[in-house]
Amino acid sequence: MLAKRIIPCLDIKDGQTVKGINFLGLQGVGDPVALGRKYAEEGADELVYLDISATFEGRKTFAELVARIAENIDIPFTVGGGIASADDAGRLLDAGADKVTVNSAAVRTPQLIGDIASKYGNQFVVVAIDAKRIDGRWRVTTHGGRQLTDRELFDWADEAQQRGAGEILFTSMDHDGTKNGYPCETFAELSERLSIPVIASGGAGSVRHIADVLTLGKADAALAASIFHYGEIPIPRLKKELHEMNINVRL
Amino acid sequence: MIAIIDYDTGNLRSVANALGRLGAAYTVTSRPEEILAADRVLLPGVGEASRAMAKLRERGLPDTIRSLRQPVLGICIGVQLLCRRSEEGDTECLGIFDNEVRRLDAPGLKVPHMGWDSIERPESPLFAGMQTGEYVYYVHSYAPTVNGDTIATTTYGETFSAAIRRGNFYGTQFHPEKSASAGERILKNFLTL
Repeated sequence: MLAKRIIPCLDIKDGQTVKGINFLGLQGVGDPVALGRKYAEEGADELVYLDISATFEGRKTFAELVARIAENIDIPFTVGGGIASADDAGRLLDAGADKVTVNSAAVRTPQLIGDIASKYGNQFVVVAIDAKRIDGRWRVTTHGGRQLTDRELFDWADEAQQRGAGEILFTSMDHDGTKNGYPCETFAELSERLSIPVIASGGAGSVRHIADVLTLGKADAALAASIFHYGEIPIPRLKKELHEMNINVRL
Repeated sequence: MIAIIDYDTGNLRSVANALGRLGAAYTVTSRPEEILAADRVLLPGVGEASRAMAKLRERGLPDTIRSLRQPVLGICIGVQLLCRRSEEGDTECLGIFDNEVRRLDAPGLKVPHMGWDSIERPESPLFAGMQTGEYVYYVHSYAPTVNGDTIATTTYGETFSAAIRRGNFYGTQFHPEKSASAGERILKNFLTL
């Protein structure tokens, strides 16, 4: 039986892991390769590495770090941040990444999704969507939440899937970093309308929050950062408790 | 020396890295003489079946692969290419395994089948030390059917071949190189067959 996935997310700035509160106030939390390996050994199902400085500073991707991760880690990992072309994605594939995630560039140039998918397969493209609710409507944001667009979450997710996305990684900018839980109704609606997996991100503060988004929210995977980085909920404990709640996880 | 067949598809680097972690000597090659001379051969890859098969043909590799007598392991699209034919792109494959490759029939479930799923009845030296229910990593929309050569199954909507063996040829639909300690054990087993 397919297991629900637990995915630690490592935000990378200048080669170091960081995690912001609502994407501000960065604090260093360690070496990306060592931290990733620790998570893999503890039972993480996948890892996501996001170069969060990439879009903001126009920096190009971090192929050297990706190669080092690929050599040292024996579970799948996704990389993202500043991918603006199929060639950018191809370089990361060559460096050993299993998937890439595109966000701002795909909103700007939706064709990017199809360009990458047709060349490297749908499974290789994770479309990350950051959105916030404004006047009852989920509006897509880009550039780490700093720019509001006219796109609407569900329409954009439909289009991303149709253009060849293999998975959708949705972060509610209203919940990210708050530790108050995920917007489960929104996740359930998203998961039901899509035929590709949905990864829930942003807001986990307890095992119950994660259990809720995997059951009520119908998400296929839960992604989190600070609860793992600061040791608040170690992965073995999280998986054991999810298992005790009859949620199918890989132990 | 282990030959990883390079036919310009998919993530060869992952398989190479996994062998590197095991301390095994490998070469990534498309030269028939190197492939024929290797102790073991890996046919990895991700991608679409008809294009992958076309690339094998472009490089003149189908007959080389069919003639191999050493242990061979096909992974993901690799195991599919070892089968008779694939529904994906209506592709005639290498025909080493008699299985057909069909699109996953999983009503109400998401396709691609992506993530960690359990294998049932792992029965082969390839799975020495492993038990039913062990989790391995999958990313695929097509899978080989079950027949007498099936050595492990997974059920996702329907039951398909998680792994196949015929003589010196082995194949896994899942990715041992991405399957943490379970995958490492399978690769180690393959290296000592």
